[in-house]
Amino acid sequence: MDHDDFILRMEQICKRFPGVQALDNVTFRVARGEIHALVGENGAGKSTLMKILTGAIPRDSGQIILRGQEIEIDSPGRAQQLGISMIHQELALIPYLNVGQNIYLGREPGGPLPGLINWPQLYSQAREQLARLNMDLDPLTAVADLPIAQQQMVEVAKALSFNADIIVMDEPTSALTERETETLFEVMRTLKAQGVTIIFISHRLEEVFEVADRVTVLRDGRLIGVAPISEVSMDDVVRMMVGRELGEMYPKQEVSRQDVVLRVRGLTRGNDLRGVSLELHRGEILGIAGLVGAGRTPLARALFGIDPVERGEIWVDGQPARINSPHAAIRLGLGFVPEDRKEQGLFLGMAVRENITIGILDRFSVLGFPRFRELDRLAESYVRQLDIRTPSLRQRMRNLSGGNQQKVVIARWLTLHPKVLILDEPTRGIDVGAKAEIHALMNRLAGEGVGIIMISSELPEILGISDRILVMRQGQIVGEFSRQEATQDAIMLCAAGGKGNAN
Amino acid sequence: MGSTRSLRSYLQQFGLVIAFLLLALTLTLLSNRFLTVSNAVNVLRQSTINGIIAVGMTMVILTAGIDLSVGSILGLTAVVTADFLQRGWPVGLAVAAGLVLGAVLGLINGLLITKGRIPPFIATLGMMTLARGLALTYTQGRPITGLPAGFRFLGAGFIGPVPMPIVIAVLVFATGYLLLARTRVGEYIYALGNNPTAARFSGIPTQRYITLVYVISGFLSALAGMILVARLDSAQPIVGQGYEFDAIAAVVVGGTSFAGGEGGLGGTLLGVLIIAVLNNGLNLLNVSSFYEQVVKGVVIALALLLHRAAR
Repeated sequence: MDHDDFILRMEQICKRFPGVQALDNVTFRVARGEIHALVGENGAGKSTLMKILTGAIPRDSGQIILRGQEIEIDSPGRAQQLGISMIHQELALIPYLNVGQNIYLGREPGGPLPGLINWPQLYSQAREQLARLNMDLDPLTAVADLPIAQQQMVEVAKALSFNADIIVMDEPTSALTERETETLFEVMRTLKAQGVTIIFISHRLEEVFEVADRVTVLRDGRLIGVAPISEVSMDDVVRMMVGRELGEMYPKQEVSRQDVVLRVRGLTRGNDLRGVSLELHRGEILGIAGLVGAGRTPLARALFGIDPVERGEIWVDGQPARINSPHAAIRLGLGFVPEDRKEQGLFLGMAVRENITIGILDRFSVLGFPRFRELDRLAESYVRQLDIRTPSLRQRMRNLSGGNQQKVVIARWLTLHPKVLILDEPTRGIDVGAKAEIHALMNRLAGEGVGIIMISSELPEILGISDRILVMRQGQIVGEFSRQEATQDAIMLCAAGGKGNAN
Repeated sequence: MGSTRSLRSYLQQFGLVIAFLLLALTLTLLSNRFLTVSNAVNVLRQSTINGIIAVGMTMVILTAGIDLSVGSILGLTAVVTADFLQRGWPVGLAVAAGLVLGAVLGLINGLLITKGRIPPFIATLGMMTLARGLALTYTQGRPITGLPAGFRFLGAGFIGPVPMPIVIAVLVFATGYLLLARTRVGEYIYALGNNPTAARFSGIPTQRYITLVYVISGFLSALAGMILVARLDSAQPIVGQGYEFDAIAAVVVGGTSFAGGEGGLGGTLLGVLIIAVLNNGLNLLNVSSFYEQVVKGVVIALALLLHRAAR
């Protein structure tokens, strides 16, 4: 392809964040009027690249050439002026305004006097934008009354109203049903026929193969390859995404299989969990893989009594268990390290000591008065054991680094000596050193007989540390792999809906 | 929490102490009646009602809640207690009944908030109207006067040279401080205010402790009402109207964050004293009650700006 055919060229883009090279000389070229898929594992650099394109963050080096002109994009507003719009995974509409108001928010056509709005003109313009998408939608409908799929169309119409000719869609199908996804693809093809260029980010490879013309694969911040969809297979793309051989990053201690500590049968909750059954053995690390929205976090929340389930049975140590609150789960010997430690795990304004011992306060109290000296000693011993770097036990939590904060959350559970520990994305956003320490800790706990369930979106982590791996898709367990038979390709295919080792 | 005060909150409290001293100094210069023993005792006695209510309010606000019903609960429990006394109930029993009524009204607040999932502002606003309405209905709008001497001791008596209301307020503050800084419940209250989700995930029965702070607030409002009625020897059905304002003002002037989880009773004590001294000083200077409101508003705004700057 000749350079002139590219509407957009991002040449040798580099971006460094503290501790990680997010983009390393990435070149990304998009032809006019194509649907171009951008794929890669979490952390491959897709979002960073798109944030640079849409002016959300600055690049360290490299060039951006739009329609043959080298340009600077220093703000999202500038990107919009240049005709680049992004539709985020989280929709940014205002629910109680109507469709027309949302499309022209902040850019309402003026009326006869300053400060007035020409509503008839606004709605007729909105109608025009929607018509371009072949959408029969009344601009007077409140956005809150629309299903997610139609809200997404409103976002697309909004993007078009900026005269955007490059639209970036970040995981647009993650919240859609199959039929809605089809409709979205129709709209994408309609736009393509009108000469609009679409950059399509998706984890679901079958969608990429259905709708995209070409695909660019990133891995670890590097460009791995670009190919027309017609010339590659799904397996090729998976191999490009996963690529590396597993190094010695995840030293694994073999543990002999012991009794079942947790047994789950037919756990059901709406569309999130559709009859999930599993068994966890003492001393086993059970990895749970799957795409975002596959039902992994709902499973953890249901096991820990956070969200009520409609059906399903749980046995702990062979005894039937009723878990209707975290309090009840903890009494049965379960622990849960949530996905979002700042929002769900930590008391940021409180001291390290308090964060570690809050769960065991009642066991260390006499008549409601905690024995503070013993609690200090206990906290001190965990700070030493887990090598939590803090100037003192009195330090406020918010002043610790991410890795040390996560260790504090884990320490809180260790004080309770759980039988089962559920960890949801335990090393997300944590630097490599602390990550290895947390993995070592999980191994040690398993060695002491704790049953561990680990949810992770990082396949190397899942493969490196699990004894057994379950794959979830659409609220169900769709595959089980032993440590020996698991490969990244197989798990990825299974999670994305290809063939798997389904039960 | 006693054990986790940072340098920042020391500075904050230190700033409040300075503000308090400046206020006192100004008033001393402006009025020769201000800095006298009798006036000091007077200020303290006047601050006891608000002080007792503010202890409960501090706990409520620490959980990121609010209790607008304190004044109305005070009013209803006061007329009910006074009525029981006039019917000849023993003083101890009537007082206990009034205190239990206050706690029950607080319990209803707590259940509306936790089980009914009604925001604290709305739930206690409802209780504010309801309890006042009940007080007016119960008395048919008439005050109840002429209470037994044994009861009046609560408001007008002395232990040694110290007025009884001050003794009670000191006990309430000390108990409250102990609860917040030294007990498991206190640590849970801070944890709840800091991050309710994390608190629940840590196995704290969050609803129980949220309900508890409203029960404490209702109980202390009733206690404050007893003292007030005992001192006045009269229970008006509209007694306590607007008291929520002074209590909330004392708590926020004292540096407890509306977002919950930060602050404490040390600050509230200073807040109560600042507001009491302000009321007293404006009185001594014969400032019209219209201006009094203006000055109070300005002082509260200044105190909040001070906290903002310290953050």
